[in-house]
Amino acid sequence: MKRLDVLVCSGTACVSSGSAELKDSLARAIAEAGLGEEIRILETGCMGPCELGPVMLVYPEGTFYVKVRPEDTQDIVQEHFLKGRPVRRLLWEGTAPTVKEVPFFARQHKLVLANCGTIDPERIEEYIARGGYEALARAVSELSPQQVIDEVSAAGLRGRGGAGFPTGKKWELMRQAPGTPKYVVCNADEGDPGAFMDRALLEGDPHAILEGVAIAAYAVGADRGYVYVRAEYPLAIQRLEGAVEQARGMGLLGEGILETDFCFDVQLRMGAGAFVCGEETALIASIQGRRGEPRPRPPYPAESGLWGCPTLINNVETLACVRHVLLGGAERFAAVGTETSRGTKVFALAGQICNTGLVEVPMGITLRELVLDVGGGVPQGRELKAVQIGGPSGGCLPQELLDVPVDYESLREHGAIMGSGGIIVLDDTACMVNVAKFFLEFTADESCGKCVPCRVGTRTMLDILNRIAAGQGIEEDIPRLTELAETVRSGSLCGLGQTAPNPVLSTLRYFPEEYEAHIRDRACPAGVCPDLVHYAVLPDVCRACDRCRQVCPTGAAQGTAGKPPYVIEDKLCIRCGACVEACPFDAVIVRPGRKG
Amino acid sequence: MITLEIAGRQVQALPGQTILEAAEAAGIHIPTLCNLKGLTPRGACRLCLVEVTSWRGKVVPSCATVVEEGMTVVAHSARLRELRRTILELLFAERNHICSVCVSNGNCELQDLACELGMDHVRVPYRFPALGMDASHARYVVDHNRCVLCGRCVRACSEIEGAMTWGFAHRGVDTVVATDAGGPWVDSSTCTECGKCVEACPTGALLDKGTSVAEQVKDPEVVSRVTERRPRA
Repeated sequence: MKRLDVLVCSGTACVSSGSAELKDSLARAIAEAGLGEEIRILETGCMGPCELGPVMLVYPEGTFYVKVRPEDTQDIVQEHFLKGRPVRRLLWEGTAPTVKEVPFFARQHKLVLANCGTIDPERIEEYIARGGYEALARAVSELSPQQVIDEVSAAGLRGRGGAGFPTGKKWELMRQAPGTPKYVVCNADEGDPGAFMDRALLEGDPHAILEGVAIAAYAVGADRGYVYVRAEYPLAIQRLEGAVEQARGMGLLGEGILETDFCFDVQLRMGAGAFVCGEETALIASIQGRRGEPRPRPPYPAESGLWGCPTLINNVETLACVRHVLLGGAERFAAVGTETSRGTKVFALAGQICNTGLVEVPMGITLRELVLDVGGGVPQGRELKAVQIGGPSGGCLPQELLDVPVDYESLREHGAIMGSGGIIVLDDTACMVNVAKFFLEFTADESCGKCVPCRVGTRTMLDILNRIAAGQGIEEDIPRLTELAETVRSGSLCGLGQTAPNPVLSTLRYFPEEYEAHIRDRACPAGVCPDLVHYAVLPDVCRACDRCRQVCPTGAAQGTAGKPPYVIEDKLCIRCGACVEACPFDAVIVRPGRKG
Repeated sequence: MITLEIAGRQVQALPGQTILEAAEAAGIHIPTLCNLKGLTPRGACRLCLVEVTSWRGKVVPSCATVVEEGMTVVAHSARLRELRRTILELLFAERNHICSVCVSNGNCELQDLACELGMDHVRVPYRFPALGMDASHARYVVDHNRCVLCGRCVRACSEIEGAMTWGFAHRGVDTVVATDAGGPWVDSSTCTECGKCVEACPTGALLDKGTSVAEQVKDPEVVSRVTERRPRA
């Protein structure tokens, strides 16, 4: 037993902000102070507030430090570890002494993420100490497969990958499907821009996923499985590989699991970087070594999946929920959330939001609570304009709809989707035509090219959006976009195409005036689209400091030092924004519309 | 036998038959492009889309959807007509389909579809991509400007000839058909020069070398003639 446990976050975000250096420096400082026997340093998965990384937690009292640099370690060791006085300047907003008092955590409900940031993901013993593999043990020794399915159904668990299909029903269909062998696949091909929920889970609590996969296999009668994880997640792959080895070594995977007749083993498969491979039939093709293309359904994978055999495909977070259903019971799981959307949901908060990072909240929470209370709102006193939820398949909800509850049905009703949990917050500097363009560009690039509506339709819609953003839009473009959206939505082969128009449709629905301004007034109200803005110098504010002229790469900023005002020559200006940033007096501004 | 309803008519079908097969047997016409009798359905062109009322109006490709007892299928409606026409327009706008200079003018399935669906003009902007052609092979030519990516050549090559010379390269609008791992057709070490890809191609994308405007006549039925004579596993 050590006097103190120091938990250093080693999620991907904290690793990139220097948590490895921090850990080394901390270890050195502790050794120099002669505290090596009393203090233990642990590397954990993602703690959540990625914006403030590297973050660390000191137990038993739960002191939470943010933005810790290697230079700070001497202070921490000398003041905190030796004298028992927490270093105030490294606390959350300089005030919250312990993790319990940090508002970011206070509004969350950590179920799936409970181990993330608490245990060392590379040690199976820590997972087991926190109740790990107990649910699997209960399933294989006390429950029949049917009872496991009944419990999952009673809990009301729905797929966390996006569409929200009832998990129990999926398992039931799979259990009844004739044919052997049966396969279970964990879909870890997370690819939405700005989303990292599954990544954090795989990196921070890999055994929870394996346990979920094994329970699913037991319930549906499968004896082999795959985790399909994207190759862009090297840390997740490394930790999963380690976890599989450890679980095999302890008899939790393989022949005769936990001394029962249940046999099941898992292999990893790496995706080659195509977003469409998150679609289940394309994922199957990819695992089989074929081109990652979807095929028409039916037949669904439960009838004909991997090599024509019944195959169950569940998302990472769905599988991570399973053990909590069996451990706490269906009733306890279902007590959180709403009538149709039970349990919690993990979200990745990104964009113009104070607390960028990973959060877990009860479903049914309003967007307002999620974005303003948990997320801390929009930084720098700007105004929140819209929330993009559900990634490239989702939609933009305007500020007026912040009171919409976050559940599958409510979001769909308003033109967004739950999706896998990516949330991008937009402030008043965002141009909604540009936002729609960004997401459509993503889907058009990621279209596999198999079916015509998705391959040509998304690209044609993108061409039209580009034309609008370049100031060449015509009145007919808006009805044309809507018609094309309908063709792509109902005509496409798979979910990628069927949902691709959502960002365009939702921005057209909630922000039609922005499209109209681009087309009729040839102006970008938010000052984003380069062809529909011009730069100007406010003559009364300019002090002729010459900074703008010095940074301008094209000679558009012109004037003589000391003789205000300067001018921006529109013909030379490339709208790079260097002058706006350089001006110490905010004299250079971006005006919507073309010059003159 | 399975009984279902297509276009308001009671239709009988064998288990395992597709909606398209059942409709055709009953004399109900549904437009198709990527489908070719004798090849595995691909469901890619989306022209044979139908609405299955008994599946809450789900829109499915009739070529790749197996019949079900009691199923009700809408084969023609205003919505389907609009969908099919827009999809056909997208196909015409995607590449450089200029009938007046095409070897297949007058003998082209894409052209026939335009007539059938009454597509007299295209409402979406043409893309005019700069695509090449490959005339390196001694007997055949591939002109990517006229390719609709139906994959009939790819399937004929792998499923009938077993050569697996043709495949798809790249993705999205950049997708093209390619021989072996890419490179000139003449360098293909797997091509048997059987010519079934040319016969299966619905447009002027694959042609016999030396044909001029409107001279290329194809025989896509060669695929089903071969499969019908060949015992199947």
